Amino acid sequence: MNTITELAHLEVKNIEAGYNGESVLKKISFSVPAGQSLAVVGPNGAGKSTLFKVLVGLLPLRSGSIQIHDKPLGYHMDCVAYVPQREAIDWRFPVTVLDVVVMGRFGKLKWLQRPGKADLDIALHSLDQMGIADLAKNSIADLSGGQQQRVFLARALAQKPHILLLDEPFTGVDAGTQETTMKLLEELQNIGVTSMVSTHDLNMAATRFSQVLLINRKLIAHGKPDQVFTPENLQIGFGGQVLSMQGVMVVDECCPPDDLH
Amino acid sequence: MIEFITSPFTYSFMQRGFLAALLVGVLCSVVGVYIVLRGMAFLGDALAHAILPGVAIAYLLGGNLILGAFVASIVVAIGIGFFSSEGTIKEDTAIGILFSAAFALGVALISSIRTYAVDLTHILFGNVLGVSEKDLIFTAVLTVIILLIVAVNYKQFMVISFDPILASMMRLPVQFLRYLMLVMLGLTVVVSIQTVGVGLAAAMLVTPAASAYLLTRRMPSMMIVSAIIGAISSLVGLYISYYINIASGSAIVLTATLIFLFAFAFSPRRSKISIS
Repeated sequence: MNTITELAHLEVKNIEAGYNGESVLKKISFSVPAGQSLAVVGPNGAGKSTLFKVLVGLLPLRSGSIQIHDKPLGYHMDCVAYVPQREAIDWRFPVTVLDVVVMGRFGKLKWLQRPGKADLDIALHSLDQMGIADLAKNSIADLSGGQQQRVFLARALAQKPHILLLDEPFTGVDAGTQETTMKLLEELQNIGVTSMVSTHDLNMAATRFSQVLLINRKLIAHGKPDQVFTPENLQIGFGGQVLSMQGVMVVDECCPPDDLH
Repeated sequence: MIEFITSPFTYSFMQRGFLAALLVGVLCSVVGVYIVLRGMAFLGDALAHAILPGVAIAYLLGGNLILGAFVASIVVAIGIGFFSSEGTIKEDTAIGILFSAAFALGVALISSIRTYAVDLTHILFGNVLGVSEKDLIFTAVLTVIILLIVAVNYKQFMVISFDPILASMMRLPVQFLRYLMLVMLGLTVVVSIQTVGVGLAAAMLVTPAASAYLLTRRMPSMMIVSAIIGAISSLVGLYISYYINIASGSAIVLTATLIFLFAFAFSPRRSKISIS
């Protein structure tokens, strides 16, 4: 894989966003230098998915700005790849694994252009990187949860992104897929791709990412993992929900506060 | 045996009828693939009913009935898109309101026409044997236009149907494509009222495509199989209608339904289908 020439740097300034009524995200500012891996953590309802939706342009900003490569959001849409939560997809749709991954190339094609051999090669290579090349001709209906995840990661790879956004990639997948996902992120980081991953797994965030962003509707802390995961920050971010036991952090997720959706 | 097959063709109105049925069968089945995959079956049915006032107004003004239907379908398709894209009411609610309102208006208008009985039956159940040469040309032109729209936007339609998030990230004009699909669906319904009528148009949109869905694993093959099933249903249905003298629309739809039952029984994906 070649190192990408333009390193994508992400700058979020004072953003506010929400669905109806009150804003879910309030006055959030942070910036991610090119080639960093950022874990986004926070309790249920903290606005992690909302933040991702704003970053990919699915939800409009109420105020503030987002810049990628010093250009406003939308200018560089084709360099951002997003892997949504798996529930958002109709898995009975009549497409094969390869069809889905080739879709990652559509953004680079003209309106009438059919994907060519080069696109197919990139797609097959991406499948190979995710270790599911043998599933290329399978129907997506036949996949397990982990395989579904790998298909969408392969599609994100085929997009050749400068920024990769993964929403909850570690939820409900097998340990092998988690490890493949992490390895992929590390490889991408080596070639200068910036990645942003939301997760509930605080230990993974603390040990496998270069930066952590802790939010609970507003920004609580951002920086290196050991700067973020202090008892004070965890108390502010999670309230009583998080326990730190001999260096292992556990989030109690049974009872999200009532006022959140 | 040969005479059995050729005898309907001795009449020129039968020749036109067969051609029209074939075109409509193929067209509905191709467009139907999107209806089935996007869960728009209700919308198809609604549009079919909603064109009634257009037909009635055209009749009262002495104009072309198909043209009236065409205008009405576009107005209703855009109306549904408008009400639901504002986000204030859900799409199926918008459809429910608009389609019954339009259908009621159509029935009201038609009931004001003194000799409406025959025409209303034709509109509701189709009159494939009454297809004029002009109708046939109109049908052929529309079929070509709609199939071209599908070919030109194939990639884009697939993405907005399968993964709307990717579509908007690719900065596709999602809203425009949605409207284009609605207009395409409206036009298809207009053409189909000649053969199967308002009451059964939805069946031609959904049944062949649903059968093809059960038998295939990729979109291109689903479209081709759907078109073949649509064509076979139309032809077989018309023969049945000719020989045992039943309404052509019913015969076509019942043939398509029979094919669906076979597809359902032998489908490799059957275990994965949730019936809802």
